[in-house]
Amino acid sequence: MDVLDKLAILTDAAKYDVACTSSGVDRSGQPGKMGSAVASGICHSFAADGRCISLLKVLMTNQCVYDCKYCVNRVSRDTPRTAFTPNELADLTMNFYRRNYIEGLFLSSGVMKNPDYTTERMIQAIEILRNEHNFNGYIHVKAIPGADSALIQRMGLLADRMSVNIELPSESGLESLAPQKKPEAILRPMALIRSGIEENTSDLALYRHAPKFVPAGQSTQLIIGATPDSDHRILSLSEGLYNKYKLKRVFFSAYNPVVEDPLLPSVFSAPPLLREHRLYQADWLIRFYGFSAGEIVDAKSPNMNLAIDPKANWAIRHLDEFPVEINRASYDRLLRVPGIGVLSARKILQARRAGSLNFDGLKKLGVVLKRAKFFVTCQGKIFEGVVIQPDTVLRGLLSKNDLQMLPAAAGEQLSFTDVPDMARIMGGVPASAFGYLPEERTRVNAGQYEFGIHI
Amino acid sequence: MQDNTNLVYIYDGTLEGFLCCVYESYVHHEIPCEICMESGQLHIFEETQWITTDLEHAGKIYESIDRKISLEAQAFIKNAFLTCIPNREILMYNFIRQGYQFGRAVFDRLTDDTVGALTKAVRNLQREAHSFMGFVRFTIYDGILVSCISPKNMVLPLLSDHFTNRYPDETFLIYDRTHQMAVVHKPEGTLITAMSKLTLPPIDDAEKAYHTLWKCFQHTIAIEERFNPKCQMNHMPKRFWAEMTEFENG
Repeated sequence: MDVLDKLAILTDAAKYDVACTSSGVDRSGQPGKMGSAVASGICHSFAADGRCISLLKVLMTNQCVYDCKYCVNRVSRDTPRTAFTPNELADLTMNFYRRNYIEGLFLSSGVMKNPDYTTERMIQAIEILRNEHNFNGYIHVKAIPGADSALIQRMGLLADRMSVNIELPSESGLESLAPQKKPEAILRPMALIRSGIEENTSDLALYRHAPKFVPAGQSTQLIIGATPDSDHRILSLSEGLYNKYKLKRVFFSAYNPVVEDPLLPSVFSAPPLLREHRLYQADWLIRFYGFSAGEIVDAKSPNMNLAIDPKANWAIRHLDEFPVEINRASYDRLLRVPGIGVLSARKILQARRAGSLNFDGLKKLGVVLKRAKFFVTCQGKIFEGVVIQPDTVLRGLLSKNDLQMLPAAAGEQLSFTDVPDMARIMGGVPASAFGYLPEERTRVNAGQYEFGIHI
Repeated sequence: MQDNTNLVYIYDGTLEGFLCCVYESYVHHEIPCEICMESGQLHIFEETQWITTDLEHAGKIYESIDRKISLEAQAFIKNAFLTCIPNREILMYNFIRQGYQFGRAVFDRLTDDTVGALTKAVRNLQREAHSFMGFVRFTIYDGILVSCISPKNMVLPLLSDHFTNRYPDETFLIYDRTHQMAVVHKPEGTLITAMSKLTLPPIDDAEKAYHTLWKCFQHTIAIEERFNPKCQMNHMPKRFWAEMTEFENG
């Protein structure tokens, strides 16, 4: 089998992994070496599904001894198997990098023989890259759950970012769908990487040239919609991961039904893309907007309202906290206003040093007045013609786009001329319409909720 | 200062030349209504004035931008000169005048038309340069990396810094069709120069093989069930596609 065939197979097998960012580390080029890294990350292309292509995302091999039900590479599936040799992979990476196709390598792998053997093969490939080809670009590598801690330590000194995929947001999910994976096996390397980074930070403070351990931090991925886990469960889990494991990112992947199994959504159901989108919005609110997971969803209403974005949803439920005065409000308060993002909040702080702001000025700064006008005053005045009533606010916030994103299956067709009433939107649309699991299955597993992954 | 509403300054199209326009305006106490490059275009209704580039005068203005506004403003003006905004020179001129008046606080005046427009233009330049850091595709001819681009802004100086840093030991050439300029880098040094035309030989088989490999990867990595060409085009507008390996014919 030549490299082209291998590339086709091992790319196809890797494509469901969502993380493909090359961010988090700034590293200047050096004479004698090839490459550099930019903290913001660089997208080199975009695939037909609209996702960024930044790294050469491939598997070392798609041979796997595990039989995780949701996975395209599970051992029981009939599919062509192959593996890169460490040299082939290093050559391919260098040649792509030299032509500016990619920002670096994203290396994952099926489990060949056992976790240790697999990890050693992966280390071999990136050692060739770093030491023989003097590659100085970005490397993201997956830690294989169950691998020896010494191997993970070695990997961490070669890579920029490491990740361990949790995949299923609850222990019950893991038990039924990936019986060979244990939560401890996932969380142990994660804890190892965290403490490695912490020790390294203190080493670096003492010795400037101490080798860097996973300088771009670690991330993980959760599959959305393969198990009946609620948004509340998913968001509290990711909040915990950010706080306790100091993760840089938690990625969400809408489950793409690849196999018919009584425990999984039917192969004919569409991936819950809108739910994934809302989860990312919520994730942004937690990471950049000072929200806590509990403010977005709680045990009483464990799932997000898919019809409206979580920030607008929060604002409508907390109308008593508005309006805020643009010329006096703190950065944190400004960030809570729908239509004002991180950039425009910063610009407001900057611009009001030069003089008082009015609505015209806000528009010039890039504030989305169509949304923000319900929640702010400028020099004590409310935007002309605006009535602040929950009903009118909601009407104003639902964009044509929002309505279009609601799948037709949501029951009655929602049209823009016939704006749905408050109660229906705020009450949410039947969850089954958005790729949640059918109710029965939810009930069967409901009892197991308590045994979530404890972090 | 006297506001001569129909005075046009003509300069040689260099940053130094532009800085001399600022210098002349202050020496002669006059405000031009337009500053343009020499182009042979006739200004029938306006009074035109040719400004000769004097490096000493330019240096005085350049230094005054740091002293009276800020170091950041110096870098900002350099970048503003690379943007493709219409009336670029007069906006820059007005920005410098405001800067002399308000000092470093000029950057806070985001709601002012001049400051707002110029800040936006510079951000647009930086964003385009960032896009090209990813979208530039090198094809290798005899060990030399060659790429052609058609940017709107003059992104070459920004790209030059990035790629020189990334490939210090390579020899590469990036040709900007829009502005007919090129950056040439060799391990010994880097040069940005005018270049009216670039003719390339056919590519060899080894190179073709990598084009095929890359197209295969770019195609395979997409998930069919999530097909979303609109999102793809939002992130990577079609104007970039013509010069990217993955979209070439075959």
